[in-house]
Amino acid sequence: MSIIATKLCAHRSSIFCCLLLAACCSLLSGCAGVQSAVDPAGPQAGSISGLWWLMLYTLSAVFVIVICFVLVAAFRRRRPLSGESADGPDTRPEAEQERRMSRTVIAGVALTILILFVLLVSSYLTGRKIYSAGYSAQGALMIEVTGHQWWWDVRYNDPSPSRMVTTANEIHIPVGRAVVFRLTSADVIHSFWIPNLHGKMDLIPGHYTNIWIKADRAGTYRGQCAEFCGYQHAHMAFTVVVEPEEQYRAWYESQLRSAPQPSTPQQARGQEVFLSSPCIMCHRVQGTDAGGRAGPDLTHIGTRPTLGAGTVENTRGNLAGWVIDPQKIKPGIRMPPNNLEPQDLQALLDYLQSLK
Amino acid sequence: MSARRTIDVSHLPTYAFRHRALTWYATWSMILMEGTMLVVFLISYFFLRTRVTNWPPGVMKPPDLLWGTVNLGIILVSAIPNQFAKKASEKLDLRGVRLWMIVTFLFAIAFSVVRIFEFAALNCRWDDNAYGSIVWANMVFHTTHLLTDVADTIVLIILMFVGPIEGKRFVDVSENCIYWDFVVVMWLMVYAVIYIGPRLT
Amino acid sequence: MSGAAAPLRNDEALVDAIVDEREALEKTWNDPPGFLGWLMSTNHKRVGKRFITTAFVFFILGGILAVLMRVQLARPENNFLGPDLYNQIFTMHGTTMMFLFAVPMMEAMAVYLVPLMVGTRSIAFPRLNAFGYWVYLFGGTMIYVAFILNVGPDAGWFSYVPLSGPDYSPGKRVDFWAQLITFTEVSALVVSTELITTIFKLRAPGMSLNRIPLYVWSILVTSFMIFFAMPTVALASVSLMMDRLVGTHFFNPAEGGDPILWQHLFWFFGHPEVYIIFIPATGFVSTIIPTFVRRPAFGYTALVLSLISTGFIGFGLWVHHMFAVGLPRMGESFFTAATMMIVIPSGIQIFCWIATIWGGRPIFKTPFIFVLGFFFTFVLGGMTGVMQASIPVDLQVHDTYFVVAHFHYVLIGGSVFPLFGALYYWMPKFTGRMLSERLGKINFWLMFIGFNLTFFPMHQLGLKGMTRRVYTYPAEMGWADMNLAATAGGVLLTLGVLVFIINFFRSVRSGELAGDNPWNAGTLEWATSSPPPVYNFLRLPTVAGRDTLWTQPDDQPEVVGLRSDVRQVLVTKMLDAEPDHIEEFPTPTIWPLLAALATTLLFIASIFTPWAVVWGSIPVAVALIGWFWPRKRQADERPPEDIKEKVGEEKAIRLMEETP
Repeated sequence: MSIIATKLCAHRSSIFCCLLLAACCSLLSGCAGVQSAVDPAGPQAGSISGLWWLMLYTLSAVFVIVICFVLVAAFRRRRPLSGESADGPDTRPEAEQERRMSRTVIAGVALTILILFVLLVSSYLTGRKIYSAGYSAQGALMIEVTGHQWWWDVRYNDPSPSRMVTTANEIHIPVGRAVVFRLTSADVIHSFWIPNLHGKMDLIPGHYTNIWIKADRAGTYRGQCAEFCGYQHAHMAFTVVVEPEEQYRAWYESQLRSAPQPSTPQQARGQEVFLSSPCIMCHRVQGTDAGGRAGPDLTHIGTRPTLGAGTVENTRGNLAGWVIDPQKIKPGIRMPPNNLEPQDLQALLDYLQSLK
Repeated sequence: MSARRTIDVSHLPTYAFRHRALTWYATWSMILMEGTMLVVFLISYFFLRTRVTNWPPGVMKPPDLLWGTVNLGIILVSAIPNQFAKKASEKLDLRGVRLWMIVTFLFAIAFSVVRIFEFAALNCRWDDNAYGSIVWANMVFHTTHLLTDVADTIVLIILMFVGPIEGKRFVDVSENCIYWDFVVVMWLMVYAVIYIGPRLT
Repeated sequence: MSGAAAPLRNDEALVDAIVDEREALEKTWNDPPGFLGWLMSTNHKRVGKRFITTAFVFFILGGILAVLMRVQLARPENNFLGPDLYNQIFTMHGTTMMFLFAVPMMEAMAVYLVPLMVGTRSIAFPRLNAFGYWVYLFGGTMIYVAFILNVGPDAGWFSYVPLSGPDYSPGKRVDFWAQLITFTEVSALVVSTELITTIFKLRAPGMSLNRIPLYVWSILVTSFMIFFAMPTVALASVSLMMDRLVGTHFFNPAEGGDPILWQHLFWFFGHPEVYIIFIPATGFVSTIIPTFVRRPAFGYTALVLSLISTGFIGFGLWVHHMFAVGLPRMGESFFTAATMMIVIPSGIQIFCWIATIWGGRPIFKTPFIFVLGFFFTFVLGGMTGVMQASIPVDLQVHDTYFVVAHFHYVLIGGSVFPLFGALYYWMPKFTGRMLSERLGKINFWLMFIGFNLTFFPMHQLGLKGMTRRVYTYPAEMGWADMNLAATAGGVLLTLGVLVFIINFFRSVRSGELAGDNPWNAGTLEWATSSPPPVYNFLRLPTVAGRDTLWTQPDDQPEVVGLRSDVRQVLVTKMLDAEPDHIEEFPTPTIWPLLAALATTLLFIASIFTPWAVVWGSIPVAVALIGWFWPRKRQADERPPEDIKEKVGEEKAIRLMEETP
């Protein structure tokens, strides 16, 4: 299905062009993308996009036919009427034509029902395929994701507590292995969505929802919160890295390790600044006294691609801006501004960037 | 001249009872929308019930049966004078209307007084938990309709004494009796859910 | 009445009699003079025009908010609006369009048109009608004042808990939203009551159920839907208020409440709401097409049954807004099937309309062109609707711009285009003057092109991952060009609406006079002058068939015998519209306005203290009693036959005279 879909995808612009406004046509760029529902990187998204293309083509055809009927009905040539009745209403329409029209309408309704039935069945079958548990519990990776205003707490479950990994706003998964996400929320309703891999699933306080995915294609994808969750709903993204099994294992092992001890005096001073500041009220750095849970875990912040759940790239400059006044970058978030001496700030940045 | 054909309606009556009257449609519209609201309240009750294992949750007790059941008796009996008032209104029997409306009204007052004791015996507060909230919501909802109808009845009784008495007024009385029947039926449903519901396991 | 005037031309005495009768009726039905009289008005046409104008003003306000959002989204990482303002604006936009424009506008048109189309003097319960308007006006004003004072709601027009609950939306913003729902609900319910009663009981003699104009059928179905949908959202919003104000726990998961309950309640209202907006629009289409293709609608019975079944099925779809909540799969599949099923009645309507056009001789006037535009946009929106009925597809496009595109196609395409068609169609009746055809066509093309340019790219944006309700987006997502196009389209759409406004004022000032029936249409509102006199018809018409003006004989009977010195209205039987009795309607009064003010006081005060419900109900009760207290006896008193049989005629009359 997905192969067909990809092929069809290549011709999409031209088909839309025929169907719809030429002006809109030029806007339709390719469908590849790091956050695209029609660029599937796994079997679930693949099945869904297959169903999507089936529906698009069927329903586009229906649309064209209906509009053709409307246009022909409105603009077809008619026998000229004679004399006075030209403007008057035709209250006694020709019986033969009425019968023909009745038959056509009935045929149209029958065809509608048939098409709907086909689409209903294919939708049902697709749904069954993507939801039936196509994995074994032992082989599957279990990841618990908790939504917060406005970031993602990600926990890799493991039977032995010492092998559990906690991170934030980034998810690494191996190619070809089933991953079960167990989702909930710490505050309001959020929705977990990685378009390239699967449809969305809500995170609801007081409830646990599950969704399982599999990725076929290595790459970096983007996910985003899809349920309006307040002030910074727009900035609640996360990165999904799909990588080969070995790479994934290496990453996992690195995440298991506690934060490295400072290796330079500057870093040591930075750690001191960190531990003596309010940072530790909310943030945790494994291997230190910082154990706050209200904000993202910072044990490996040096390896994260972004800051503020996809708000800005994780560079030294952005990190500095973020530490001093996060409200400038992502107004409304819980983190307060920090008044730091320039030397302290530099030391803190050195320390945070060393957390790899 | 070719005068246009006409239909003369000048002899038609100036009021009519039941489904012939416009107000009958208004009364039933009201019953329809308030009834929808009641049904949704009751569904919400059962929806919230599925969220917890024990109902009422924890160590809470269901509402005491006494006052609610007393009120059930009062309101069921009140349906009888209410029916008499309706019948009297449809016979333009002014004395009957006055008598039976007052009797129904006295029952309604008795019901409202017992309602105060009912609230005291619910064994929960609205802000305890979702159970308390939905129990209170149902009770307050019913009480609102009760008070609305009591107010309406007072006004009609006064009108029936001070006049002007018109056919239309009797139609109003008849509609008011339909509404009281609705309040009775509502209480049957709310009583069954609030009082009996938690006792069934 | 044009039909009546011709045969009487020769008889001066009769002409004089008619002039006298006109004057008498005018005197009886006119509002009292002056500003106070204006406030007291209960005339359905006056109230209807106020209703339409107010709803249109809210449409403009909602449109301005939409333009602001489009400006913000035109570029990535734009700083035109911050998140706080943006969230308020998108909430206000949705709330305005749904609660203050679409539903009231559809009711407003019905308030004006239905009594004329069924051939009666007034809407049933005219005072209630005035009350419904005032409550709506005050509610809408309240929310905009709140918005200007920076307490505009910001949790979305759907106000999902817990985001809208006491913990995550402190302050009064959401309370104003919840109370607005109560205002709109009261207004919608009272207007529905009047419309149902008018349609069932005030039809012209001979207009049996199977001869009711299709537009009136659509209003009947809509009004019943309002009865079942509106109470649900009122209950939801009251529960939300209580959670916020007195500490109940309906939606608090920590205390046994459940945020999903809110979603069920909201969408059990929210989905029928869409049909409450759409079904009257189908009524417009079913009225405009026959007039402009010069033949009766094809498949009257099929069209009526489609409306009714849409009304029923519309209540079985709400869960398709909740596919991502993780409900049991089997139940969800049922809702997929139900959602696809509702396509069938819509399809039947579309096919019948096409057949009507096919079998007729189209005249391409502006109202008809808007209907042709409706076909394009609504059918396209319908197709994307079918896609979203499928759970897997919905899980991808849900809460993305694809959905934004879809519902604007069905709401603007399905309702606003027919509405503009209807405004062009009935404006001559409202004002007595024609709108310009040339400006009308410019208006249409600006709106049509602008609309498609705005919303078509949004399908693509959604598929490329752009979620809804984001105040900005990163540049590297590649969404910028399509967003810019959408903003450009928004400008065209706005210009289109502006052309309409210009056209309106031009027409009122110097438009061509319309005459009674400028389109040579077949329904009763065209049987009286434009604009209609306060009493609607000099003599009530009778009806011999559908499209009565096209089919009736020249000597179709008229109703006589209603007094012209009191507000008498003929009440007919529900099924066959046989004359049943005469009802004397109340005179204009200030009480509905006072009752609306008292209600407003209660509603607004209860945002701040729950005790307002107690003390606030006293002025409401006073106003209602003042409203209903009879001032004087009816002019006539004739008991119905069954009473005469029961108590004897003389006694029945005497009883009335003896009593105080």
